[in-house]
Amino acid sequence: MKHQITFTVNGDEVSILVDPWKTLNEVLREDLNLTGTKLGCGTGDCGACTILLDGRSVNSCLTLAVSVNGKSVQTVEGLALSGEELHPVQDAFIKAGAIQCGFCTAGMEMSAVYLLGQNNSPDENQIRAGLSGNLCRCTGYNQIVEAISMAAASLRDARPEGVKQ
Amino acid sequence: MRLPHFEYAAPRSLDEALRLLAEAGEEARVMAGGTDLIVRMKHGLLKPGFVISLAEIEELRPISFDRRKGLSIGATARLAEVASHAEIKRRYPAVASAAEKTANVQVRNMGTVGGNICNAAPSADNAPTLIAMGAEAVIAGGKGKRSVPLDRFFKGPRLTALEPDEILTAIQVPVPPPYSGASYQHLSARGRVDISAVCVGAMTVFEGSTCREIRIALGAVGPKPLRALEAENLLKGQSWTADMIDSAGRKAAEEARPISDVRASAEYRRQMVDVLTRRAVLEARSMAGKRRR
Ligand SMILES: Cc1cc2nc3c(=O)[nH]c(=O)nc-3n(C[C@H](O)[C@H](O)[C@H](O)COP(=O)(O)OP(=O)(O)OC[C@H]3O[C@@H](n4cnc5c(N)ncnc54)[C@H](O)[C@@H]3O)c2cc1C
Ligand code: FES
Ligand code: FES
Repeated sequence: MKHQITFTVNGDEVSILVDPWKTLNEVLREDLNLTGTKLGCGTGDCGACTILLDGRSVNSCLTLAVSVNGKSVQTVEGLALSGEELHPVQDAFIKAGAIQCGFCTAGMEMSAVYLLGQNNSPDENQIRAGLSGNLCRCTGYNQIVEAISMAAASLRDARPEGVKQ
Repeated sequence: MRLPHFEYAAPRSLDEALRLLAEAGEEARVMAGGTDLIVRMKHGLLKPGFVISLAEIEELRPISFDRRKGLSIGATARLAEVASHAEIKRRYPAVASAAEKTANVQVRNMGTVGGNICNAAPSADNAPTLIAMGAEAVIAGGKGKRSVPLDRFFKGPRLTALEPDEILTAIQVPVPPPYSGASYQHLSARGRVDISAVCVGAMTVFEGSTCREIRIALGAVGPKPLRALEAENLLKGQSWTADMIDSAGRKAAEEARPISDVRASAEYRRQMVDVLTRRAVLEARSMAGKRRR
């Protein structure tokens, strides 16, 4: 039996009929054409499919679409909403050269956004721990770690009221 | 990797979930965070015709502390919530630490401590500490409520004391006695993110310099999490010396029943049980020294 679900994706309300066995990853990519979110392993290991569900970073490959009824989903497409100005995390990934093939990038950026929401000045170890659920086969991670600390600094500058000593 | 087809319900009350489970019988599987269940279904290891999500049941969510009854971790409390919960970090730091050492950020944001216990992998990261601390599984089913001490809950790999019509509602951890301490130690091939190759939980209660009570539980070295009862006996009622701690480590290694697999050889596991047991009891003792109440 198909289920009618209503949820928001990047702020827009979506109402759709889904089969219970469809993952959120399949619905985002195949029904909503939001292909920024990738599918790598499909089993929770690589993090390429990471999205924010009610603000928490989760694997969309392990999330049933029916289970997000009434919830809010944010994908990489929602980071630069205006389509012109990139999110500071995206900007930093470009500046630090943290992208090679790019397959892990969307998931990495969603994990980075989640981490920086929890901790606005993570040290290197905290950044690496924050990426424990994301694999990259290309960069060797150093530029990704660097990008996230650059993004942290620019977010702190942009929102000085959030900075506590 | 696509999922096999199934029907789905997300009841809002425990009674409704129990009714659906009783009606559907063996066809049905309950789901908490789904991080074990969905993976096993994708691999074709499980093909339930009906998945009952517990996620919308408000009464299964809360984490609460009571000065007499102790800590209650609701069945759908997420690993990340347990790892960062202020009261758990203060009163049950080893429980928070085991949750924090489970899986990765995203899986901790989805998966639950209850699911880790019900999944009953021999390597379940949260089992050894909870067993050592004397935790109980609180269970609801067709015949009403019951509690099972965790060291009797595990029956074998992925086998538990749960009947097909039963649901774990919470994990209850007693108030840590005065002068008690606990510790969780684990090792895995790839540092923090991998399934544990060996894990050990210990809890001890001291009276002056004498150990009054001790429980040691070993994970990933047998078909289910094991108590190291003989090692416990070497330390109980004693004022510990370095020799005694060494013998307890060796005894725990003898009690372990490890196999060789992709994560480690049986021989390595046995040696690491020795090392981690010593580390766990020493850390538990030093925590006991810090907890005067
Ligand atoms: C990438 C990855 C890494 C992982 N790393 C680790 C790790 O390092 N250490 C570790 O221990 N585990 C690890 N796991 C396994 C898993 O994430 C944990 O066991 C998690 O705690 C399971 O919780 P869950 O809520 O997702 O369980 P679910 O998948 O929802 O359920 C697991 C099983 O328990 C049953 N169940 C769940 N809740 C109840 C209930 N209340 N009553 C009755 N039955 C119930 C389900 O039917 C199912 O059979 C990992 C998994 C992934 C995907
Ligand atoms: S595709 Fe989801 S974790 Fe790899
Ligand atoms: S850039 Fe290729 S996987 Fe990370």
